[in-house]
Amino acid sequence: MIGSPDVVAFAKEDEYGQTSPDLWPLPEEFSVPLYPLADSNPWAKTSYAKFTKDFILISEFSEQVGPQPLLTIPDDPKVCGTFDLNYFSLRIMSVDYQASFVGHPPGTGYPRLSFVEDSRVVLGDSKEGAFAYVHHLTLYDLEARGFVRPFCMAYVAADEKKIMLQFQELSLRFSQASECLKAGNRRAFAKELQRKLRDLEYTHSVLQREEGLQREAGPQSMYSAHAVEKANELANVEKSIFEHRDLLKQISSYHRRPRRDPHAVTCQKCVDECLSECEELLNKYAKIAYPCGYGEKAGKGEGHPRGQGEDDDEEEEGVKRKLSYTPQLIKAKSAKCFDKRLKTLQELCDKTFYEATVELLKETERSFRGDLCYLYTRRLDKALQRKQRVTTFLFEEDLNDDDEDELGTLRPFCAVNHAVDNYVLLNPPPIVLAPEPHELDALERPEHLDPASETSITLESELGLGESHLESSPSDQTLETQESSEETKGSFSSDKSGVGLAEIQQSLVSMKSEAPDPDPDSDLTPDPNHNLERESSSEEMETTAGEDEGENGGDQTPMSLLEVVSELEANREEECEGVSGSELLVPIDTACCMVQEGFLYEASAPEAVPHLCQNSHLQPSQTLVVNQEPQALLPLQDDYTVGSPCSESPATGLELPSGLLGDAVSRTSAEDGSDCTMSASTGSDQTASPLGYGALVTLRQRKKAGQGALRFVRQYPFAIQALWCLLSGRTLVVLGADEGRVRRLVAALALFVPAPGKCGERVQAWLSCPFTLTDLQRWKLIGLQRVASPLGSSMLYSLSRYSRYISILDADHKTLRCPPYRGQLLANIADHRTYIRRGSTYFLHLQSTLCHLAAKAFLFTFTHHLHLPVSSTEGLEVVESRRRCFLQEQLGLSEEDSQILLYLSQLITQQYLQPTGSSAAAPSFSFNYTTSILYKI
Amino acid sequence: MLRWILGGREAQSSAEKSPVLCIGEEQPKNCFTELQVLKGHFDIVRFLVQIDDFRCASAGDDGLVLVWNVETGERLQELRGHSQQITAITTITCKNEVTLNTSLITASSDRSLSLWDPDTGNRVQTISDLHSSVKCLLVLERLCVWLSGGEELCVWNRDFQLQCQRPNHSDTGITALIELPKNYIAAAMDKKIMIYSLTVSADSSVSVAEIRCLSDHQDQIRALINVNDGFFASGSHMGELILWNATEWNLLAYEHILWEESQAYNQTEIRMGAPKPSEMSIQHLTTNGNLILAAVGSGLYVYSIQTRSVVAYRKVAHDSNVLHTMLLSDSELMSCSEDGSVRMWEIQDLPLPAEPASSGFFGMWSFGRSNKQSGPPSKKVIDIPNIRMLELTGDLIGHSGAVQMFVSFKEKGLVTCSADHLLILWKNGERQSRLRSLALFQKLEERGGL
Repeated sequence: MIGSPDVVAFAKEDEYGQTSPDLWPLPEEFSVPLYPLADSNPWAKTSYAKFTKDFILISEFSEQVGPQPLLTIPDDPKVCGTFDLNYFSLRIMSVDYQASFVGHPPGTGYPRLSFVEDSRVVLGDSKEGAFAYVHHLTLYDLEARGFVRPFCMAYVAADEKKIMLQFQELSLRFSQASECLKAGNRRAFAKELQRKLRDLEYTHSVLQREEGLQREAGPQSMYSAHAVEKANELANVEKSIFEHRDLLKQISSYHRRPRRDPHAVTCQKCVDECLSECEELLNKYAKIAYPCGYGEKAGKGEGHPRGQGEDDDEEEEGVKRKLSYTPQLIKAKSAKCFDKRLKTLQELCDKTFYEATVELLKETERSFRGDLCYLYTRRLDKALQRKQRVTTFLFEEDLNDDDEDELGTLRPFCAVNHAVDNYVLLNPPPIVLAPEPHELDALERPEHLDPASETSITLESELGLGESHLESSPSDQTLETQESSEETKGSFSSDKSGVGLAEIQQSLVSMKSEAPDPDPDSDLTPDPNHNLERESSSEEMETTAGEDEGENGGDQTPMSLLEVVSELEANREEECEGVSGSELLVPIDTACCMVQEGFLYEASAPEAVPHLCQNSHLQPSQTLVVNQEPQALLPLQDDYTVGSPCSESPATGLELPSGLLGDAVSRTSAEDGSDCTMSASTGSDQTASPLGYGALVTLRQRKKAGQGALRFVRQYPFAIQALWCLLSGRTLVVLGADEGRVRRLVAALALFVPAPGKCGERVQAWLSCPFTLTDLQRWKLIGLQRVASPLGSSMLYSLSRYSRYISILDADHKTLRCPPYRGQLLANIADHRTYIRRGSTYFLHLQSTLCHLAAKAFLFTFTHHLHLPVSSTEGLEVVESRRRCFLQEQLGLSEEDSQILLYLSQLITQQYLQPTGSSAAAPSFSFNYTTSILYKI
Repeated sequence: MLRWILGGREAQSSAEKSPVLCIGEEQPKNCFTELQVLKGHFDIVRFLVQIDDFRCASAGDDGLVLVWNVETGERLQELRGHSQQITAITTITCKNEVTLNTSLITASSDRSLSLWDPDTGNRVQTISDLHSSVKCLLVLERLCVWLSGGEELCVWNRDFQLQCQRPNHSDTGITALIELPKNYIAAAMDKKIMIYSLTVSADSSVSVAEIRCLSDHQDQIRALINVNDGFFASGSHMGELILWNATEWNLLAYEHILWEESQAYNQTEIRMGAPKPSEMSIQHLTTNGNLILAAVGSGLYVYSIQTRSVVAYRKVAHDSNVLHTMLLSDSELMSCSEDGSVRMWEIQDLPLPAEPASSGFFGMWSFGRSNKQSGPPSKKVIDIPNIRMLELTGDLIGHSGAVQMFVSFKEKGLVTCSADHLLILWKNGERQSRLRSLALFQKLEERGGL
């Protein structure tokens, strides 16, 4: 109905892809992706977009009106401008490639819920100048066709490259949002089912009573048209009860199925809650149903005496009446018409979950604001910073958020904020943080996930070991599946066609007979865990109602057959993603596993820990193997066409610094087909950190402060002395009567305070009482109120008393009292005739200078012979002179400049010795005795 | 007033005065370039005791005794038990077979005595319900006993058993106790010094006998110290410094330190009255065997035992009363005062008295005893040629209240305690930096890299 949208494959364009084969070019972290030369104006692209900045669009494919936009984030009509949201919704909704069974699949008695994984697609509309990352998801709705409601969330930007390069992060963020929505939806769906079941049971009881009355009325009425109709109705209701009960069972088994989507990490606590809720419901209805055996009733017809059943029903009703909800009689015909109002997104999901999702998306939008280059450099910056924790604390903003991000990739987002528990449980060990040269950039990293090479490895090993190790159970919905898919992959790939059921059954047999030889490959899961899994999986089989009887082949229930089929399909995908996916998935799935076990047996968390650890140990070796054969990437290109809609369209504009790595990324998208585009390339926790919102604000504040600092430097000729005081660790007191002015000055000067602390603890913006020595020790920059009162005099007293430790900048009289500074080191950041006009420029200039200083300080600190004698015969004087020589001659620093370095070095040393600063001892405070002079403007 | 008295000598007066009040910020000889503020007390910290070469204990009006590691600044123990202010604290060393165990004895206004183990923080022994609070403690290692002085003199053995007790008849009680040769004890009581003899009989019971009463002081005795085997010294509230023979208990030298200069200009006799006694009160005496350093009012006074004469002095060494002093060597000394500062001094030879102003400068000070009836032996000539200068070499400013006491740990640093509830650990920044570097490279080695 719609012209095929130009879907952009997440692959690299040839002209940019074939760059130098040089394996070790300039380190990736230093190269910034530049726009192709053809684009003389890098911003030209955005010019014809009809919206001003990026936004997030949530759309729905409504079964009544078709694709329609639901909301945008930010929710501001100005953002979209003249951009046609309706049209764009149509486009993005038309690229949902999820092939799924909806409704009654052939061979099943009941409608099946399809557990469809989200799909991720990049789509472009060159005419509109819009490009979008589109994340499709389905939510369950009892009243909807096939019980599903397709939705999608799209990140719409004018810059295609931005989408492409941020794909993984986008995917991660949207997966979180999607998981959140779906979690809420499952909950709501279960509730809805419960309500519906009550209604049905009630209807059933009413109908039965009527039928009983008729039967009493006499045999002649037994066969009247009315009676037949009633009987049919009753049968329909019974069937419906069955269906719904089955649906409830399905939805509650949601978490037990393997997730192929590595992003689909859910909060365990929520899952737990949800599971237990569902389980409760199931139990309840199972209790109601099975004693009287609705199934039997349905099968054996009407003639069966039903006294007991009626009693039960009445009891039930009694129970139900106690509940607040009063069941309603259900009409035989359900209203599947267009006049029916469809549930809104809010109704589909729990309110809390919906709000949390919106919050999450808002944050996503916020963190992706800005130019791609900006995002990219910022990420590089962070990655570099993370490597240099020894010195970054000095001048860089805090990376706390980064730590979170590092873990956050695997940490599930939880709407109800179970985050703390998750943190403990899911805190993944550095799984893929192995000695990776390219760990800097997520986009460049996934080469170690190279499926081809690993496939070959597993194949080999499998050939060597024979097939006796296959242990796969199609109905086994735990971690086992993941593993087994990995292990059986060899056979699947060898004969992709039917993949004899026999093999699977064989594996079933082997599983039943408990022959899990620890395969060298399957070491991924250590043995202790194996048992647990087994237990959980057997538990699983019980819940899926005796499908395992099919171990001899013949009588598998339709259900398990279906699962075999889907398993096979899945395997085709997993064939590509399998090893890589599973190795990444293991920790995640362990989590799933843990959830289940946590549900079955309370204390499973401790056992999961060794599992995770082992994974992390295993990882490096695998990485090594892969790294040795990068050529193995090439054969994979064949898999491009394997049912992957993404690969159809050309890879436009994906441009990565290195060809090899770029390939890796494109391959990633190609291999996974529609279901989980991201599997291979994510799951890694060093995926580039999404730019933290907190840090961004801090940065903005700092840039603003840069403006103030620039003004200070231009305004005060003695700025250089003031900066020197701050950098050499001498507390600077900004004295003034006007709070605003003092605060502004302090904010500007705070940029120069080394190691200002996580939240600027070393800076006191406004103090209106006399300070003490401990204050001086704590704060390196103090804004002090000048008051003309007795209090003021005591303040002046403290100023003069501690004058040897401080420098005083008088904001009112524009004087500075501090030791003289004659160095040259700071001349370029404190030049009051500077040509820099913009605060942010100055800030960057400053950052680079300070960074330079920090590097020198690092060198100085960690050069052994500058601090300690080389031999025992050397005296302290020798060391002293060597140090002086180093500082003065090699670094070319004057006496005062050396003090800066000494101070920075002292900070580094302290930080290194006590990274947390949690020592029981009081902090030490260094100073020196020098005379101060008064500088005037 | 001083300036008015000095008249035309204004230049010199300022020259004399200003370096005292402010040495300036350039202090090349001051090696204390790093400090740590130790918090923990809730009231005035009055006492510091060195336990061993890296630990010290502080005690004060909050009744707390805290044990600190001087090297790191960590608080090691918190000894709680006294409900009122601590009045005396001392260490007692027990010799085991191998080790020396140092314990702490504290006395408090709650009229109790306690023995503490500073390693564990346990109160090992305690005695409460004494008749009066103990004001001073003296440990006699040789006899394995210790004495407590207050309104009564008590002798205790190591197990806190009272050996004997001697009530005291003066109202003020014993304020200081020192040990003299041959098992004699000197105790300062108001204006008198009592000499007691301690006899240990065969059954190891101890008895105390009053031997003599020395009553040469005109005013209350504020300080009593042992100088060396031959001498002990005492100082009184009105500035009398008396050197005694330690074995025969006779007076060897009498100095009345009067910070007044009126004799030189006695024609302008609008005497503003005698100087206030507190201005010449001897607050503290310390010695290194050769020199006696007296804290007189807000000034310092160095007295040589050998020459029986003043070596150097400074009338206004601090802005307020000097509370504690210490002789670091024969030429270096340190003092702390109510003005919240610690000052370091050096006894320097005078520059050659080329200009006549120099002698006049010193000549304007007249000190030496006033002609009192006690008949002290020698009298000082005003301008002794070998008098030397007390030069301020550095000061430590950090406390916001009176610095009560300090203890030096040699190169490891200096601990000061103050009325502002704080202790400050002053250290040599260079040494500390070297130590930190050492630790850094050790850690680097342990980790095998960054």
